Amino acid sequence: MSSNRFIHALYDDDDTLLKAVKNIRSQKYEIDEVYTPFPVHGLDKALGIEETRIAIMAFIYGCIGLIVAFIMMDFIMIKDWPQNIGGKPSFSFLENMPSFVPVMFEMTVFFAAHLMVITFYLRSKLWPFKKAENPNPLTTDDKFLIEIELNDNEKGLTTLLKKSGAVEVSIIEKSE
Amino acid sequence: MEKQMMYIFPKKIKSLSVYLMVAGFFGLVYGFLSAPKNIEESKAIIATSHGDHHGGEHNAHTSGLHGASPNIKNATNYSGGDMHVSSNTEIKNAEIHSEDHDNEHDEHVYHQLANKPWAALYVSAFYFFMISLGVLAFYGIQRAAQAGWSPVLFRVMESITGYLLPGGLIVIVILFLSGLHLNHLFIWMDPEVVAHDKLIAGKVGYLNTPFFLARAIFFLSGWSLYRFFSRKFSLAQDKASDISNHKKNFRISAAFLVFFIVTESIMSWDWIMSIDPHWFSTLFGWYVFASMVVSGVTAIALITIYLKSRGYLEFVNDSHIHDLAKFMFGFSIFWTYLWFSQFMLIWFSNIPEEVTYFISRIEDYNLPFFGMLVMNFIFPLLVLINSDYKRKNYFVVMAGIVILLGHYIDIFNMIMPSAVGDKWFIGVPEIGGFLFFLGLFVFIVFKELTKAPLLTTGDPYVQESKNFHY
Repeated sequence: MSSNRFIHALYDDDDTLLKAVKNIRSQKYEIDEVYTPFPVHGLDKALGIEETRIAIMAFIYGCIGLIVAFIMMDFIMIKDWPQNIGGKPSFSFLENMPSFVPVMFEMTVFFAAHLMVITFYLRSKLWPFKKAENPNPLTTDDKFLIEIELNDNEKGLTTLLKKSGAVEVSIIEKSE
Repeated sequence: MEKQMMYIFPKKIKSLSVYLMVAGFFGLVYGFLSAPKNIEESKAIIATSHGDHHGGEHNAHTSGLHGASPNIKNATNYSGGDMHVSSNTEIKNAEIHSEDHDNEHDEHVYHQLANKPWAALYVSAFYFFMISLGVLAFYGIQRAAQAGWSPVLFRVMESITGYLLPGGLIVIVILFLSGLHLNHLFIWMDPEVVAHDKLIAGKVGYLNTPFFLARAIFFLSGWSLYRFFSRKFSLAQDKASDISNHKKNFRISAAFLVFFIVTESIMSWDWIMSIDPHWFSTLFGWYVFASMVVSGVTAIALITIYLKSRGYLEFVNDSHIHDLAKFMFGFSIFWTYLWFSQFMLIWFSNIPEEVTYFISRIEDYNLPFFGMLVMNFIFPLLVLINSDYKRKNYFVVMAGIVILLGHYIDIFNMIMPSAVGDKWFIGVPEIGGFLFFLGLFVFIVFKELTKAPLLTTGDPYVQESKNFHY
């Protein structure tokens, strides 16, 4: 059964935060979430988060873009309205291929970039007019926050967090 | 302070490099001995080697890159195979061809065959020299940028640039011998050719042998001076108590990079592009630079991985290898970008005097020309695109060997078509030249490695570099 009580520890330095995260995890506590004002190098590893698979998706999206460019250029320049390209009216896709390379390159980059951003938003459950989940506005300024779910470990956790260098430890009850 | 380990040149590598040099030397000697000494010998070689497919090959070189008189008309007919087929019997049919043309043609073939061993020597000499020059530029960039990740690799880079002066001198000696008309690599050096060629005659103010050699000596002295002082400051910094040597190195590196990019560009026009004096490409300097820097970074990576596998360079971690592999990957794509930029503009505009360059390469050099694209672009792209693979020595070595061979073929494609036309072959003299300079390169580089501790202990960034992690 999960409780709706959480402990929030606020840190003012990313190195302290990293050490605290490692410390807390070595004590077998489960960290629910960490909020930071900027990406902290090595935090994902310290938290034991699975490595992102977005790189593989980027490669696949790039390949899709390349194929779309192939089909698109073949349709536009060869099939639908055959063009005399560079004074070489061969009307063959392969023979005119060098002039399509810039388009293929751009489409590869375009598809990889845009689909990656869209994938990232979907996976992070971000969409327009979404209400911020951020529990403390200070984490958009210069503070770092660790959120841990409370069961019956309140005392031990509070001392552990204070010892690990937290500038403020508070207990929050979430309504839903 | 840990004790500094000095590198000991292993006997095995030493004897291997000597064997390579000896084997390569004999390959080159064989090449020179088997090259025709006069037109009669050349005719005999052609007659015995051609056999029944005589006609086809014969045609190719009438339209090949004939230095003295580029047959633009023939070249544009190149793809129209039937035009050639109709004259396939020309050798037997004296009435089609005038006596004059045959003589001219025989002389041309003779020059191509006589050039072959020289071109084989020159391609390899330039290739290995280019690797050390590429490393010198990369090293200069690290110094001028005050890079924090690379100081642990400085001694490897300094050892590779140890080949710069001997390798460069060999190239200049070959250029000098060309100036003495011992070969026909640079047809503009022949006053007889210039007299009948308006285009080359117009370039004589720049393309003349004394000025050409003076430029070559000036460039090599400039690069060698930088290398000498940078190495000196780097060694002095290890013993110094302040960082004044480091600062001096920073300053001369910045100055060197300015000098380098101008002289490298002119060097590429002089030493490679002028082999084909009618053709020009405005990004040729960059193209050669991309080739040299990617080969250079690859050489650094391979030597570093080798030394690490022998228990040296314990301070180099897989993040350093990762960064080198990133540069190999990035510069491979940079090279492809320049290759394509050069190719597409010329292919698209289809101007006869420009497009002959690619026609001769696509017709006569089809396999090396497109093969190098696979080796220098597609293979490294697919092997090194994954971040994890860049940290695995196995992948980096595999990609590295293919990249190094691919860029040898790149230089081969730049020089051979204009020097020997369709008479190319990667045979005994070419492989001999490659092995000879490989042996010399390995010998000098590893010898240089033994001369200084493998870590630049005095470098102010050395601790940052040791701690470097991804």
